[in-house]
Amino acid sequence: MSTSVMNHDAHEHEHHDSGSTTLFGFWMYLMTDCILFASVFATYAVLFMNTAGGPAGHDIFELDYVLIETFALLFSSITYGFAMIGANRGNKQVTLLWLAVTFVLGAVFIGMEINEFAHLIHEGFGPQRSAFLTAFFSLVGMHGLHVTAGLIWMVALMLEVKNRGLSPRTVTRVGCLSLFWHFLDVVWICVFTVVYLMGTVQ
Amino acid sequence: MTDKKVSRVFAGLLFSAVALLSGCSGGVLDPKGQVGVDEKNLILIATGLMLLVVIPVIILTLVFAWKYRASNEDAVYEPKWAHSKKIELVVWLIPIAIIIILGSVTWVTTHHLDPYKPLDHDSKPLEVEVVSLNWKWLFIYPEQNIATVNELVIPAHRQVAFKLTSESVMNSFFIPQLGSQIYTMAAMTTKLHLIADHAGTYKGISANYSGAGFSEMKFNTIATETEADFDQWVNKVKAAPEALSGPVYEQLAEPSEGNPVTYYNSVKAGLFDDIVMKYMQHHGHTPFTGQSGMDSMSAMHQKEHMTGAEE
Amino acid sequence: MFGKLTLEAFPFHVPIVMGTLSVVAILGLALVIALTKYQKWGYLWREWITSVDHKRLGVMYIILAMVMLLRGFADAIMMRTQLAAATNGAAGYLPPEHYDQIFTAHGVIMIIFMAMPFMIGLMNIVVPLQIGARDVAFPFLNNLSFWLAVSGALLVNISLAVGEFAKTGWVAYPPLSELTFSPDSGVDYYIWALQISGIGTTLTGVNFLVTVLKMRTRGMKLMQMPIFTWTCTWANILIVASFPILTGALAMLTLDRYLDFHFFTNDLGGNAMMYINLFWAWGHPEVYILVLPAFGIFSEIISTFSGKRLFGYTSMVFASGAISVLGFIVWLHHFFTMGSSADVNAFFGVTTMIIAVPTGVKLFNWLFTMYKGRVQFKPPVLWTLGFMVTFTIGGMTGVLLSVPGADYVLHNSLFLIAHFHNTIIGGAVFGYLAGFSYWFPKAMGYKLDEKWGKRAFWFWQIGFYVAFMPLYVLGFLGMNRRVNHTDNPDWNMWLYIACAGAFIIALGVLSQLIQLYVSYRDREKNRDVTGDPWNGHTLEWSTMSPPQFYNFAQEPVVKDIDAFTDMKENGTAYQRPEKYAPIHMPRNTGAGFIMGMLLTACGFGMVWHIWWLVIVTFLATIVTYIKRCYDNDIDYYVQPDEIEKIENEHIAAVQSTLKA
Repeated sequence: MSTSVMNHDAHEHEHHDSGSTTLFGFWMYLMTDCILFASVFATYAVLFMNTAGGPAGHDIFELDYVLIETFALLFSSITYGFAMIGANRGNKQVTLLWLAVTFVLGAVFIGMEINEFAHLIHEGFGPQRSAFLTAFFSLVGMHGLHVTAGLIWMVALMLEVKNRGLSPRTVTRVGCLSLFWHFLDVVWICVFTVVYLMGTVQ
Repeated sequence: MTDKKVSRVFAGLLFSAVALLSGCSGGVLDPKGQVGVDEKNLILIATGLMLLVVIPVIILTLVFAWKYRASNEDAVYEPKWAHSKKIELVVWLIPIAIIIILGSVTWVTTHHLDPYKPLDHDSKPLEVEVVSLNWKWLFIYPEQNIATVNELVIPAHRQVAFKLTSESVMNSFFIPQLGSQIYTMAAMTTKLHLIADHAGTYKGISANYSGAGFSEMKFNTIATETEADFDQWVNKVKAAPEALSGPVYEQLAEPSEGNPVTYYNSVKAGLFDDIVMKYMQHHGHTPFTGQSGMDSMSAMHQKEHMTGAEE
Repeated sequence: MFGKLTLEAFPFHVPIVMGTLSVVAILGLALVIALTKYQKWGYLWREWITSVDHKRLGVMYIILAMVMLLRGFADAIMMRTQLAAATNGAAGYLPPEHYDQIFTAHGVIMIIFMAMPFMIGLMNIVVPLQIGARDVAFPFLNNLSFWLAVSGALLVNISLAVGEFAKTGWVAYPPLSELTFSPDSGVDYYIWALQISGIGTTLTGVNFLVTVLKMRTRGMKLMQMPIFTWTCTWANILIVASFPILTGALAMLTLDRYLDFHFFTNDLGGNAMMYINLFWAWGHPEVYILVLPAFGIFSEIISTFSGKRLFGYTSMVFASGAISVLGFIVWLHHFFTMGSSADVNAFFGVTTMIIAVPTGVKLFNWLFTMYKGRVQFKPPVLWTLGFMVTFTIGGMTGVLLSVPGADYVLHNSLFLIAHFHNTIIGGAVFGYLAGFSYWFPKAMGYKLDEKWGKRAFWFWQIGFYVAFMPLYVLGFLGMNRRVNHTDNPDWNMWLYIACAGAFIIALGVLSQLIQLYVSYRDREKNRDVTGDPWNGHTLEWSTMSPPQFYNFAQEPVVKDIDAFTDMKENGTAYQRPEKYAPIHMPRNTGAGFIMGMLLTACGFGMVWHIWWLVIVTFLATIVTYIKRCYDNDIDYYVQPDEIEKIENEHIAAVQSTLKA
């Protein structure tokens, strides 16, 4: 009986890739990413004392430099928030503007990280030097690769917003990248605390 | 038909198990030392405990399947019967009870059989340092200042304290008839205590795959009846022409398969520690490193135990 | 230009490999000719390769699993014959450098490319139907996951023809798997095959979790999901929580091998134990990923063929959950002999044996499902009964191994090999084969031949005992795993018996191939016209066989765990609505296939250090993905008149059968 009585609207909510399902799925993917980071963090915790005669954290970290980097990324989270607000209001120009600002801040972060890595490698403290440096480069580098992927995604997304406007599908994507971007921010706070702060204090 | 065949298979299985327990020789159910005896008894007790559940489950499976077969119209049929608090309580409590007993046995025996713990035995332990090489075993006797390849000789009735490491990849040092095995790992030291309660020759192997020559990585363990026999053997080794110097060790460490038994009349001082420390020479300047290989290898579960045993 | 790849890499001098390759080449050629002759290329591309339909993907997963089963089984036969031949110090016919690859490939293929695709294939076919959904949450992602699995399988098999496979055992422990001790291409094939397919599996886990959480039909509460869906859900939670650890561990090994990093090396502070911990933090949940869905299959079968509700549904759900959670805190039992303290070993020993409690509860619940039922001895039931007896023994030996004191003498022995085959074959594989014969009519539209199904079962069952019980004995006799030849006369008889057992299992596999042929030949006779051949309890049986491509013309409304039984009893099954509404469906896409093949080439380039190929294919993969994201033409609507035509056909078939 009840199987046979069914109104038309019921079909709308099972629309494939509907916004909330996509966001939830993306969040689920982020949880897997979180576990990936957790395993690399665990490895870092096991290896960070194994300096093998090379430098330890407090020999190579420049906390004020990393602090600037950190603020660039933290601010980029705030600016992304503005982009998200713009997207939810359907304001294309505001969205694009704040995405661009976020992109610049993200690029500053990555640029500074690359500079730090290049500097270390130049001094002979590359990841091949010791298990500690291996773990350091891998953990920080993996976060950096994520941010880089986020930047590439941001470019693709800005083109989409520019060319196609803010359709529900595009707003969902802006929302996914928003989750991704804030997630990377949270991970970075852990990296900053565990690697840089604790490494320097030690 | 169905259950007949299955039960026949099962009967055959039980039969072979019983035949095995009584008749086998040379394996872990034919132990020649206290550690092995304890472990054999543990296996029998644990198996017996579990059979208390396993056998009824297997029998019930076959009985229920047969009794409630579709062609048996006489059997009760209650298609909606799917819940019974009593039965559910019992099926949770029975396994829990068994596991509580088995868990307690496990807790006690794991501490009793801890390979790092010296045995409850009055004898002064014989110390042997074991190095796994690709693909052979090196045994160093620090007190006697001798070394052998692929032959381990020990006096019976006296416990042996092994210190083990690896030159290259991971192996597992195992003499099935004497009991516990333990891994050998480069840059790390593990420990093991065994005893032979009967004189005899027992096979020793690497139980962990280590590459191409692994199958031939075997040695004989000879437990002599008396201390005098053992001393006599030590003198025989001392009469061997070659000493295990640094260069001789380097040459020995090269990969080779099926090495013959070799004796060395003396050993370079501190060779075992050198092998352990070889990979650690650059180890950092934190207070933790430098004590031993294990400290910096602080995999969570390993650390406190191995360093504790290292002093 | 070709990196490390030279003509040396081709195994022209190994007759066994060349023979295999020529057989594969001939079969491949025959397939190509047949497809061309019958002009099926277009059909294959449009209807299968690019399909985003979960049912089609499920069928393709199972085909992949069966092909890989044959490959992995060939490896098994070679190992057993080698060990039967190489006694008393004889060398046998497989030298270590070949034999070591075979046991590594056997493990990798059977776990990653046979069991996983089989499980995921059944899950694909069944889960969306059981929850009354039109498809999974992300159909394109589902297609991509499949092609990533194929990509990994391809890499493993390419290693047979170009270069070699890993000689490290399927666990690839460093330092043995480091560049110093394994300088050849084998470990690299291992890494990339597992890495690519593992990412696909992670995506599958995400996809199906979202599917069951967001796409259940109206009225279906979580505690009303069919038990198979529940066990798959637990397995997916395990996938999502554990596969990233494997990804991480493999990435670290990759960095060690490619860029001279020092995660697990002997020197400069590396720590191989970290890999072993990470590997098993994935590896142990992995075995529950394999076996939990099998438990679900047995539950479905035992209740369907006993004509009864499942006994203790709630217990079953929570028991599966307990197994999943506990599965994460037992990994250390894989290396009790690494020198951990007694406290640590005892802790992990006890957590491991606690898993026996929920597992035991499950066994009892299956028993009481049969109790006061009407058990029909169809092949799926035979597999289930065979499982209940066999798995109980495997569980017992598993608990024995979880006692550290016993493990100290049984670790790495053939006792261990017997144990995990006892649980993986007797648990997971029997489950998949049971599920295969149970859901075959649903997926293909006709039933499997019962006579050959029963033969297959008995050969497998008897062959299993003959092949693996001797390994328990050999373990007690002190024989360890992965040896290439032996010289202990006490072992010979048992090695011969085990070898004979492998051939009896081969007869089982052969019977299954014959069964497939016979069933296809007689498909008209065995056709399942109603879609409900077993008087099923759950929603998948309310659809046609094979199901309508949109699964359900309208969302079913669920009021009971046995939703379809409930509908049949209340007379609400097979009812037509007043009018049908258009159905929104995803379009097929070639993007998943293209990305899978590009990543295969990328993996191949990584193995042989052909950097231009790596860069080109990797960029092309990303571009393909972005392009697919920009594609606006990804869906369409099925119109009511088409739906009505299909539904009328089904209802007419059901009614005429009911009358007859």
